[in-house]
Amino acid sequence: MKRELPLFVTAAVGLFMILSFFVPHQVVSVPADFLQQSAVIVVAFGIVLGGANLLRLNLQSVVKRQAGWPYRLVLIAGLLATVLIGLIEGRDFQAAGTRSTWIYDEVYSPMSSAMFALLAFFIASAAFRAFRIRTVEAGLLALAAFLVMLGRVPLGNALTAALPEGLRLGPIAEWILRVPQNAANRAILIGAALGVMATGLRVILGIERSYLSGEE
Amino acid sequence: MRLFEGLARLDRRWIFAVTGLLVLIPLLWPLNLPLSSSPPVRAYHAAIAAVPDGSHVLVSCDFDPAAKPELEPMARSTLRQLLAKRCKVVVVVLYQGGARLVGQIVREVAAERHAVYGTDIVDLGYKAGNEAVMVLMGQSLPNTFPRDQDGLDVRTLPIMRGVRNYSSFPLLVSLSTGYPGTKEYVQQVQGRFHIPIVAGVTAVTAPTMYPYLQTGQLRGLLGGMAGAAEYERLLDERGPASRGMDAQSLAHVFVALCIVLGNLAQWGRRRGDGA
Repeated sequence: MKRELPLFVTAAVGLFMILSFFVPHQVVSVPADFLQQSAVIVVAFGIVLGGANLLRLNLQSVVKRQAGWPYRLVLIAGLLATVLIGLIEGRDFQAAGTRSTWIYDEVYSPMSSAMFALLAFFIASAAFRAFRIRTVEAGLLALAAFLVMLGRVPLGNALTAALPEGLRLGPIAEWILRVPQNAANRAILIGAALGVMATGLRVILGIERSYLSGEE
Repeated sequence: MRLFEGLARLDRRWIFAVTGLLVLIPLLWPLNLPLSSSPPVRAYHAAIAAVPDGSHVLVSCDFDPAAKPELEPMARSTLRQLLAKRCKVVVVVLYQGGARLVGQIVREVAAERHAVYGTDIVDLGYKAGNEAVMVLMGQSLPNTFPRDQDGLDVRTLPIMRGVRNYSSFPLLVSLSTGYPGTKEYVQQVQGRFHIPIVAGVTAVTAPTMYPYLQTGQLRGLLGGMAGAAEYERLLDERGPASRGMDAQSLAHVFVALCIVLGNLAQWGRRRGDGA
């Protein structure tokens, strides 16, 4: 019963939600809306659970003095300080001039932007040290990357502005994105969609049970 | 040959330094390189231009400060174009960490265009739940977002009069950096509620949106800072994306050069080993 009941609930809810996609009658749509609202509430709880889990794992690492524990300590301090300040400030925590908004504007926002900005440096370094053209396929990849990178920026277009339309980097980059890239992307998308459908069916039919306490 | 050997031993800090300079110099002294506009950007602009003046438009801003340089210019220009058409703009956020940033953009653009908050534009803030929230908005937007970012009851706001669900909007604008974002809107909303969607996404995500663009599930697409700059050009603006394109131009050329030099160094080393 401990396993059968969750499997039955999953199958029933899964089939019902599929049904709601095709049957707009209120007998189906009202309970389906209720289930979707419940999903939003469950996700909100999930955020709290995720935070608690993060805290637990990092506290354990700090206590055991595992590698990089001082960073984990900073993480815990940041997490607790942000949550506590938010709780103290209450419902107005997002109002102008609060400590919560200061944390967002002066700590979270610049750090988040800086992390993303560092990518530019690492991409340049990786392009120099790791992008090796050893095969025909790698050569084609490098050529496509070359054309798209230059075709997507004004400098590339300015350099080829005197050439006929079909030879300019901008239209060539657009063609690469629109035709060969699109074809490969569509194949991946269709493959992934079929995989998702198959996994969904396996869950509904009770074949896939890994979500029940990691059981196979 | 010695040159290639030198290249092979090049300290990567030199690459970092040159990258930094190539980004910094055009930001301080702009090159004002000429901008053109690609078909997906023209389609994005045209889709917004085709929205009847004064109608409601839903804008989902699903990004955080990491994607700010690419998506903030798109958000600002989009809000400006919509407010210039006297559209009633309803903004929502489904991406964690983005509510405060989006709130600032909404307030600043509203002040700049003399739009009245609650009448011409509203920021409904962040809601957790990803795809479930997208589908719920199709049932009832006021039920999904009962309060705005400031905690005001949305049913009391003039802008929300007559707004029920997606059927109240002739267009959905999705500006997104990842999950949940444009892909989920296409999969969960476009197919089910048949609302026209235009999207602005980061450069990394843009190629994955082309299948949806070709099928018409997306009516227009802005890809990365280049897309934002091209859109600014169509609106006759010289905004942050246009200014950033000079820096991005030089950085792209440098990355391309790095690929060539890296391979030349490798080739030189192999020849040296062979000799």
